[in-house]
Amino acid sequence: MFGIELKNVGKRFGANEVLRDIDLSIPKGSFTAIVGKSGCGKSTLLRVIAGLEEVTSGSLAYTGAEAKKSNIRIMFQDDRLLPWKNILKNIAIGGVNKVDAEIALEKVGLRDKKGDWPDELSGGQKQRVALARALASSPDVLLFDEPLGALDALTRMDMQHLMEGLWQEQHFTSILVTHDVSEAVYLADRVIVLDEGGVKLDQEIDLGRPRERDDKFTSYEKKILDQIVGG
Amino acid sequence: MQSICLHIFVDLIETECGDEIQKLIKKFIHTKGAERVKKDKWYNNQLFPWLLPIVVVLLWQVLGDRGLIKSTMLPTPLEVVEAGKNLFQTGELQKHVYISTERAIIGFFIGGTIGFLLGLFNGTVLFLEKLIDTSIQMIRTIPHLALIPLVILWFGIGESAKIFLVAVGVMFPIYINTFNGIKNVDYKLIEMGKVYGMSKWQLFTNIILPGAMPNILVGIRYALGVTWISLIVAETIGADAGIGYLATTAREFMQMDIVVLTIVLYAILGKLSDFIAKVCEQRLLKWNPAYRKN
Repeated sequence: MFGIELKNVGKRFGANEVLRDIDLSIPKGSFTAIVGKSGCGKSTLLRVIAGLEEVTSGSLAYTGAEAKKSNIRIMFQDDRLLPWKNILKNIAIGGVNKVDAEIALEKVGLRDKKGDWPDELSGGQKQRVALARALASSPDVLLFDEPLGALDALTRMDMQHLMEGLWQEQHFTSILVTHDVSEAVYLADRVIVLDEGGVKLDQEIDLGRPRERDDKFTSYEKKILDQIVGG
Repeated sequence: MQSICLHIFVDLIETECGDEIQKLIKKFIHTKGAERVKKDKWYNNQLFPWLLPIVVVLLWQVLGDRGLIKSTMLPTPLEVVEAGKNLFQTGELQKHVYISTERAIIGFFIGGTIGFLLGLFNGTVLFLEKLIDTSIQMIRTIPHLALIPLVILWFGIGESAKIFLVAVGVMFPIYINTFNGIKNVDYKLIEMGKVYGMSKWQLFTNIILPGAMPNILVGIRYALGVTWISLIVAETIGADAGIGYLATTAREFMQMDIVVLTIVLYAILGKLSDFIAKVCEQRLLKWNPAYRKN
């Protein structure tokens, strides 16, 4: 496990400033959510953390023993499964062996689908496979880029349970980008609101697990939502 | 004569495909009902597409027998079969078919390999694309059969001339389709592969090549057609063996049955190579629901 340290991070695409002056320290093993309107830079921030985009200014560091980029995995909004590989082989990519792949598939409850082609699965099942693929290599950091955005409400709740359970079991450092405030409060211990490329709110979520959608939950939701909507 | 011919046809149907015909009739009766499922329509029978060609051949035979089509214009199917039988017995048929097939395979292999490698490198290395692609696109617009006079001057009428023509014809469709296939591989999948720790070689074998495979196979199927066209022309213009040579000499002696036979031979070989390509497609693309057989 390792954490992530961002100092004065800025990112621009041409004249377009997408991220500015971001100071964030993400401790190892924590679960952080990043929310904000679309176009606020949250996906870009995730890509910067993953090393898919270079920072234009400031610095990004991975903190902890044996921290390296190759132990970061991303779960994307689209499943990005390889259509020409069966489910098990899709999980066993990038040097993951078959045994680990099967264990990961078991964890997401799809062991009987291991020989299927991706297009034979439903959207929710494909995202489960994508989650299994992310977990199979026992990553230190797992980045979620709106992974549940394209799923229906019931499947989404299922997946949230699954993600929470797996995180509690393995405690990889998690960063979740989402536009769903309720999902952020449900899963994360800390919610960061991004607005026009900068941090607008950094909110600890002090709730026990599993989380009930009670008054305290709702007040967190409201506080965060007000920050996002309230310009 | 007609009646013999019909007898043969009926016998053939009864022995070779009696079951199929019975099934067809049964299906026809069955699907009259309300439970008409798309799969069970009577014309979904495997034999149905063969009905039209069979009728045409029978009609051709009948018209020829009646003298409505002159034998000197177009020999009947049975005469063509007879000519084939005679040539087979002397061993000439096999010899010429073998030589033509050999030329086709060697030419296809050489042209295909060059086209594939060029497509591969130009599709993956931007420097090479900038350097080479425009030139290839320029040369590609020349009909390769226009090179025949030049080719004959270069290579004479030996084997290399024919193989060269086939190779040139095959190279471009394979190049273009490989190149486009690689260029159009979903970038998101490549990005995923990078995040998931794939090496460059793994990216190529796991993502780029399989992603480009549908296009490459389209190129191969198209190139197979070009192979036979190039060969027919090349063999007709100058050759001392091969199906085209057979046709040219037959023409000189007005042996219409052999001329038609060579056309049929080209058709069979063309169809056969397309069939092989189709089987490859079904095997390599079985992940794609469009190619998956249930």
